Amino acid sequence: MKPQILTGTHFINGDEACAEGAIAAGCRFFGGYPITPATEVAEHISVRLPHVGGVFIQMEDEIAAMTSILGAAWTGIKTMTATSGPGFSLMMETVGLAIVTETPCVVVNVQRGGPSTGLPTHGAQADMMQVRWGSHGDYEIIALAPSSPQEMFDLTIIAFNLSETYRTPVFIMSDEIVGHMSEKVVIPEASKIKTLSRPKPTGRKDKFKLYKPGPNGVAPMPAIGDGYNVHVTGLTHNEKGYPVMSVDTQKEMMHRLLGKIRNNLDDIIMTEEYLLDDAEFVIVSYGVSARTSYTAVEEARAMGIKAGLLRLITVWPFPDDKIRELAKRVKGFVTVEINMGQIAREVERCAAPTPAYLAGHPGGSIIPPDDVLKILKEAF
Amino acid sequence: MKNRPEIQPTHPLEDLVRMDRIPHIWCSGCGTGSIFSSCLTAIKQTGIPYNKFSMVSGIGCSGRGAGYINIDSFHTTHGRAIPFATGIKMAKPELNVIVFSGDGDLFAIGGNHFIHAARRNMDITVICVNNLTYGMTGGQVAATTPHRAKSSTTTAGNPETPFNLPLLAYASGATYVARWTMLHARDLADSIEEAIRHKGFSFIEALSPCPVNFGRRNKEKSLDTLKKYYEKTIIRNGANPAEADIDFNKGVILGKFLQISKPTHDEMYKKMYGQSKPNEELKTS
Amino acid sequence: MKYWRVPLDSEDVQVIRGTVCILKDRCKGCGYCIEYCPRKNLEFSKEFNAKGYHPPAVKNEDCLNCHYCELLCPEFAIFTVEAPI
Ligand code: SF4
Repeated sequence: MKPQILTGTHFINGDEACAEGAIAAGCRFFGGYPITPATEVAEHISVRLPHVGGVFIQMEDEIAAMTSILGAAWTGIKTMTATSGPGFSLMMETVGLAIVTETPCVVVNVQRGGPSTGLPTHGAQADMMQVRWGSHGDYEIIALAPSSPQEMFDLTIIAFNLSETYRTPVFIMSDEIVGHMSEKVVIPEASKIKTLSRPKPTGRKDKFKLYKPGPNGVAPMPAIGDGYNVHVTGLTHNEKGYPVMSVDTQKEMMHRLLGKIRNNLDDIIMTEEYLLDDAEFVIVSYGVSARTSYTAVEEARAMGIKAGLLRLITVWPFPDDKIRELAKRVKGFVTVEINMGQIAREVERCAAPTPAYLAGHPGGSIIPPDDVLKILKEAF
Repeated sequence: MKNRPEIQPTHPLEDLVRMDRIPHIWCSGCGTGSIFSSCLTAIKQTGIPYNKFSMVSGIGCSGRGAGYINIDSFHTTHGRAIPFATGIKMAKPELNVIVFSGDGDLFAIGGNHFIHAARRNMDITVICVNNLTYGMTGGQVAATTPHRAKSSTTTAGNPETPFNLPLLAYASGATYVARWTMLHARDLADSIEEAIRHKGFSFIEALSPCPVNFGRRNKEKSLDTLKKYYEKTIIRNGANPAEADIDFNKGVILGKFLQISKPTHDEMYKKMYGQSKPNEELKTS
Repeated sequence: MKYWRVPLDSEDVQVIRGTVCILKDRCKGCGYCIEYCPRKNLEFSKEFNAKGYHPPAVKNEDCLNCHYCELLCPEFAIFTVEAPI
């Protein structure tokens, strides 16, 4: 029988590494729908889940895939789905349901060029604002951006841990390039992998309140059949979970939903710095674009430009404070991303009045380091 | 007069109802409450512990059902009750999962999910409160509104043809298909009980008056609708679902159209994937 | 009860009787129980309940404890219990 965690060194692609990360994190349900370039996540996990007592189902569309993982999550298990742009658009309404019902789950978006059917087999990073604002209403989300197959594995585990800790959907915002790139992936021993699970409620069942926040602002979560007789609704609800159509209830609920993310930024936000200590120009990047940005930084340095890299591992919530802090001592920012200016807007917002520029790309390819250098030279 | 409520002060279904949420939102003369009551009676009749049940609803008047039953219950998004229920059932097959929702939710916006769950023979019980309209939003034309019937978006009458729901369920692969009206409360409760016990995808259509938003536009008070249910229906078990279109002039067929035994999705998945195959190679290794 | 032919064992048969319990403030006045009680045992009362509807009242204590009103009522407002004989 296959072990649950395939400890060892592998040569696999990002999508497969993501599926292995999910298995290692304890994911036991995957509802999917085929879509390039995310299909390999579903294919791989469909083979693996039965090995570990889990369940895979290919649903009739992405709406159903996303909805099925919420239903399964309420039985007390960890669940995931994976898709790309068009499917991600279809999932958006249900993302809102996951947020408002505080249902933990992981959603992987292996981004491709858009809009619409776009470039199915070519990468992009153009859903970065969609993941932040794509569902209706106001909310906070958590999104991570892996730069390599190894990170597809590592960040998927972290995504599960965050989603279990904060009772919220967590997004892996990958892209076709990382998803389809095969590299060395080291899977550690099971004992070295840290996994977290949602706290279960204790105490009197009749007095139980489904959304009464615990110390970190998050409520413990019972599973179906535990005897708490929960009612879960997408309507605005009180702490008990009952719908109440009032301004006060809306306010209380929104403060709880936003607060559990906004008050735990230090725990959620992960960034990586490269040659930032003496940097005068900061390249901000994430995902596959961060990989070309390293080279750009090195080439800039060789030319005498003091450049450094801030790599966003957590893209949402956005590290406002980090950018603000850097803005006080550097001369400018360049955001490198495969879109025509999404995260660049955030950088600009936080950097002002320090100038911030975009090294963007309409999609379909990585951004060559030379292009970044050119913009760096032109801008400053 | 006897001092009645003192004899037994609580209604026998109160242990299954979130009494702190009563009165429910359903209008006076709406049949949804009656169908809901039949559903609770059926759950009670099975004798299965309540924590072995879960109810999922979509959006709409009947979609509020999940909010009133005192078991783990889910009020999801419009049309998505069935995939949500599918997730629950796949992850915890020992649960009896009941979808309680309306015709608009299940057959217009959620139609795709219905046919696929039926095709898979997903072992869930789907109860459709069919009031022939979108009640909650004010009585717009639905996929079940009779041809020529008036609605707020077809003021001169519905130019379209409605679904025949038992036929649709049958053709999609449902293994239990029945239709009753809210007036046939006892048959409906027994049928729901049977459907809960049935292994496989079961579908029960329950006709219901919507006096406020359908009846009003079609000159039909709720008691008039019930009169039709009483006089213009024919109970014929095993009837051909192809003849089950809703036409009160010729008579509407009620009863159990079909119950067949076939492996459920869960059974097939377990059989084919449940045991790990030791030598199965992953592409990656 | 009237029979067109009196059964031979009519002396031995005990007809079950029921008592109707009405939680009148839950009623929304749809009248289903009144219209469809097989014994025509119910009628609208003159009084208003807390919601402003006329709840049903028992007309002639002729309940057979069939529970039909209980099952049909959309409001959990009426139910029957077996009456002591
Ligand atoms: S609008 Fe129609 S379906 Fe909705 S509660 Fe009222 S009567 Fe029932």
